[in-house]
Amino acid sequence: MRFSKLLAVGIALLASRAALAQTPSYTGVGRTPTKEEIQAVDISAGPDGKGLPAGQGTAKEGAPIFAEKCAVCHGANAEGAKIGPRLTGGQAEIDSLKTMKPVRTVGGYWPYATSVWDYINRAMPRNNAGTLTPSEVYALTAFILAKSNIVKEDDVMDAKTLPKVQMPNRNGFVPPRYQDVVDEHKRGCKQGVCP
Amino acid sequence: MSPKQSDRRWFLKSGAALAGLAVGASANALPAAAESAPDIDELHKYGERSHFVESVRTGSINNPERRLKDEPVAFGLRSPLQDQVGMITPSALHFIVSHGYEPPDIDPREHRFLIHGMVDRPLIFTMDELKRLPSVSRFHFIECHGNSSPGGPGGPERKAVTATAQDTHGFTSCSLWTGVQLSLLLKEAGVRKGATWITAEGADASKHSKSIPIGKALDDAIVAYGMNGEPIRPEQGFPLRLVTPGWQGINNVKWLRRIQVVDEPYMAMMETSRYPSVKLDGKSRWFEFELGPKSVITRPSGGQRLPVQGYYEISGLAWSGAGAIRRVEVSIDGGRTWKDAQLHDPIAKKAHTRFTAPWNWNGEEAVLQSRCTDDQGTVQPTVAEVAKLWGADVAYLKNTSTIVGDFNAIQPWKVNRDGSVQNALF
Repeated sequence: MRFSKLLAVGIALLASRAALAQTPSYTGVGRTPTKEEIQAVDISAGPDGKGLPAGQGTAKEGAPIFAEKCAVCHGANAEGAKIGPRLTGGQAEIDSLKTMKPVRTVGGYWPYATSVWDYINRAMPRNNAGTLTPSEVYALTAFILAKSNIVKEDDVMDAKTLPKVQMPNRNGFVPPRYQDVVDEHKRGCKQGVCP
Repeated sequence: MSPKQSDRRWFLKSGAALAGLAVGASANALPAAAESAPDIDELHKYGERSHFVESVRTGSINNPERRLKDEPVAFGLRSPLQDQVGMITPSALHFIVSHGYEPPDIDPREHRFLIHGMVDRPLIFTMDELKRLPSVSRFHFIECHGNSSPGGPGGPERKAVTATAQDTHGFTSCSLWTGVQLSLLLKEAGVRKGATWITAEGADASKHSKSIPIGKALDDAIVAYGMNGEPIRPEQGFPLRLVTPGWQGINNVKWLRRIQVVDEPYMAMMETSRYPSVKLDGKSRWFEFELGPKSVITRPSGGQRLPVQGYYEISGLAWSGAGAIRRVEVSIDGGRTWKDAQLHDPIAKKAHTRFTAPWNWNGEEAVLQSRCTDDQGTVQPTVAEVAKLWGADVAYLKNTSTIVGDFNAIQPWKVNRDGSVQNALF
């Protein structure tokens, strides 16, 4: 009897300690955001498609949007112009990486198609970011990838297909995954330079 | 502002105040004089430096629209290290690299900071709320990973024989940062099991986003609102900036609006496409964060002239992303012999440290260099050593068009017989 009472007190104490650990330490500072507050800024898209919204688009659908909103800086065929850099690229650009004058373009350098979607969505068109719909962003991404012959004119880009697009320079980065360098000291960095 | 403009502003302001005084005197002396007093005081409410001091940042925000108008486009604005004393960079002279975007004009009363993702309790804070939390103030440098790179958009100025310390090393600055430890905020939110990364995001026009391993976030990262005793300057992230001590500048997200706790790096544009280092094997290195040990003599340095033979104090800055500076050696003979320099307090972890060494110039040619060692025992490398570590030769470092990230080679300055000082890196 006495023992079980003690046990009960003990359990209660443990429970309250667990509850304490769950409770924030600084009361009244910060609050829980509303769903809308999170949605308004929750724009990041990861390499496996996390965060990509519903919507879809093809290069064909992207062509008129690119002509209207992007060509003025990036050129009619995403070949680059005075303001905006060239976006197209392929093997020639990958080969250039071994020279004194490496060329980095979306098609010829970027390792993930999701980064293209993410960057257009968060930053483009310059001075007017945030005005494109998700489907327009998919279509523009498809257009840029098609201009580099990475996807076809009619390939539908959406949250499922985009992460599967194989970018030509995907294997041009070392180490392939961060997991391979979790221990910075094992990475073999010497005097501030990493191999 | 040029000194002349500054002169003129001063003159106009005091002139107007004096005119007010004169008018007042003719009508009703005392009340009018009292009315005009605030005009004079206005000048002192937020102090300006002497108009005789001309030191300014050089370069421009890399705004691509400038190219349309054929205006010069630089990589960013460099800090005039050669004019600075001590180890703090004046806030008004802190270097600026912002990927081509002007600082946004953020009302701190409207600004919100959100933590969400893989946490038990998503949290949103006002600026006032953040200031109620336990704070820390720490000296830390912030350095662009392209600082002092011989290649890349800033390369030509950096390599020029006429380069100043500003041209060669101006993309680093050191401040006293005040704010809340990110670890405290993440603890409040309750990081879920399996979380391994955060993405930090700014409120600038490009919504700059950077993935950072959770280990750094829980270690010494600061969500900072203060810089050198006052609110962070707009160019540096007002009202809120993530400070990741010792890590490449790109991680120190300005105008911080959001941190999302996630389970993988999100591979945003800058971290996959602009900032990896391309090496001659055609492979790009990414997930590089910590900056190696680096130092530079700021006086005497490039572009300066020693007027006469005799005593000069050699003075410079040393820093390392790995910790505190333990030792700085100075050579006056091109690296044949080295002598320990004196380190000046405060000597803080991941902060600029001021060093000095006495020198009597005998009027002969001399090559001045500094070499630092951090508290991990890592020694600043020579150019040849950096080349070797890059799997290249010195000619590659000299001629490549791409940024040589984290370039931390020893910087030599050649003092000529006429007292002129030149960049002697290559």
